[in-house]
Amino acid sequence: MGYLRRHPRAVPYLLIAPGLAWLAVLFVVPLYYLVTTSLQSGDIYEGFSLTWRWSNYGDMLSQYRPQLVRSAQYAAIATIAALLIAYPLVYFIARRGGQWKSLLLVLLVAPFFVTYLIRTLAWQTILADEGDVVGVLRDVGILADDGRLLATSFAVVAGITYNYFPFMALPLYVALEQLDGRLLEASSDLYANPVKSFLRVTLPISLPGVFAGTLTTFIPAMGDFVNAQLLGTPKQYMIGNVIQSKFLVIVDYPLASAGAVILMVLILVGVALYARALGTERLTG
Amino acid sequence: MSEIDVRLTGVTKRFGEFTAVDDISLEIPRGSFFAMLGPSGCGKTTTLRMIGGFEAPTVGTVTLGDQDVSNLPPYRRDVNTVFQSYALFPHLSIADNVGFGLREQGVPKAERATRVGEALELVDLTGFEKRKPRQLSGGQQQRVALARALVNRPRVLLLDEPLGALDLKLRRQMQLELKRIQQEVGITFVHVTHDQEEAMTMADQIAVMHEGRIEQLGGPTELYERPRTAFVAGFLGISNLIAGRLDGGDVVVADGTRLAVAPTAAQGLSGAVRLGIRPEKISIAGGDAPAGAALAGTVREYAYVGVATQYVVDTPAGEVQVFHQNATPGVQVAQPGTRVTLAWDPQATFLVEGETA
Repeated sequence: MGYLRRHPRAVPYLLIAPGLAWLAVLFVVPLYYLVTTSLQSGDIYEGFSLTWRWSNYGDMLSQYRPQLVRSAQYAAIATIAALLIAYPLVYFIARRGGQWKSLLLVLLVAPFFVTYLIRTLAWQTILADEGDVVGVLRDVGILADDGRLLATSFAVVAGITYNYFPFMALPLYVALEQLDGRLLEASSDLYANPVKSFLRVTLPISLPGVFAGTLTTFIPAMGDFVNAQLLGTPKQYMIGNVIQSKFLVIVDYPLASAGAVILMVLILVGVALYARALGTERLTG
Repeated sequence: MSEIDVRLTGVTKRFGEFTAVDDISLEIPRGSFFAMLGPSGCGKTTTLRMIGGFEAPTVGTVTLGDQDVSNLPPYRRDVNTVFQSYALFPHLSIADNVGFGLREQGVPKAERATRVGEALELVDLTGFEKRKPRQLSGGQQQRVALARALVNRPRVLLLDEPLGALDLKLRRQMQLELKRIQQEVGITFVHVTHDQEEAMTMADQIAVMHEGRIEQLGGPTELYERPRTAFVAGFLGISNLIAGRLDGGDVVVADGTRLAVAPTAAQGLSGAVRLGIRPEKISIAGGDAPAGAALAGTVREYAYVGVATQYVVDTPAGEVQVFHQNATPGVQVAQPGTRVTLAWDPQATFLVEGETA
């Protein structure tokens, strides 16, 4: 304590030191190894060595372009679907939930106490060919008699939408819960009907929540591989599946690392463009 | 002044078991500055919200001009509100806040810009168009809220404790400014406040409300000089209320002293009454009292406050407060224990019902 009293300026640095150490050990160092590995060549038997093999990136991009594009598509569709489902639901809980607000919120999040893998496996059962959902859809003619849900893009996107739903719902809830109801009275007073009030007051004010929710959903969804593996077929494989199999099955570390770096850069660029389009100034209030 | 802008007819509002507004009827003439004054929970804000359309009356009708608007939502009423919390849209610039209503009404962009500019000029905020509400001080936000409502040129402007969040000095200044703006634009203002001074400063007509009812309605002087109930007498300024019996035009107090009363003050009362006299209307003199409109007493305590000296005098009729203007040079204070005579012009008195046991 004597030291701190004599050097009060050291306090902020001491406070951020654990966080910095964490970042250094678990992010910067691994990132360094990831990037250097992505420029290596060799194989598991003869060992890998750093040869600045930039063609790893070219190989990755040319061979797995469909998976990359698919990842972006699936993640985007799932994010939009989660937004469309979560917004009205969370709006209702936050604005009309009254005394049931907390309970409803807990109910919303409760399924996610079950582990990710089990929840995804449950979707296998729900979407199974002999299952009720497929049965009903076949009966009413939405699906052909031999049509299926499991092992389709729909199943994978549905799984991703479901699994990342809380990441969308919670930021939205915070944004909508904080919205001052008196602003809606004011807009109503100023001749805006409920639809206009929503479009000109509620929606713009909840945009930071939409921004946070879409990012926290899209980013992990883009790198997801579990849903494609359990609910899809290799035809639905995403870039996450490619990286996973390169690392663990094929054991081609350089290519796998190149894939991971590509994914990371793509997401970073995407987020930057997205933030720019929405306007960060508006988002921070 | 004959045209009526707002008419409430037998309006009652209940929230469950609680009756917030109890059978109110009133008419607010065009172009007037009307205040609803009362303590919190008296129903004034609920009444305002029914005029604005934020609450529907349980019973009764609300009419704006010739139109029954009782069940119309706020966005279909030709009325705008200045909210207590201002409720400025945090995501919009000052210009967009002020132009919000015009845009919803479909006013073309060019006209909108002109009118927003005029409204901001009216509240002395020219040049603030591009700022966001949070960059403004409380007083400035208040003026934006006023401009945002006025720019629509509504039939009636509602003000819900608009100055409540401002400090005293700013409040005084805004009171005069609001009055000036009201006279300039000529729109009917309906103003809700719990501050009697604020209501007296600004309003032409004041409805003093108490427990969901209108206790008395009238101009500031009428309410102050001739309050009809003890509540009004006590809510607007300080009153001495002296209990007694009405007898042949005089009030006879406990020890038999007869006090003269203004003939117009009786207002149909008889029997047990309370005679009201404002502290500043009482003159205080040394020595014992002659008979008539005078009360003998003993000074219990005093407070010298510069412009005046306040006395508390014990009399046979109870404690009386006196507010003695220090108009003459030199200070002469009656010390506690001094025998004094309190006198006043009977015309300055008023009568209210006797205390119900």
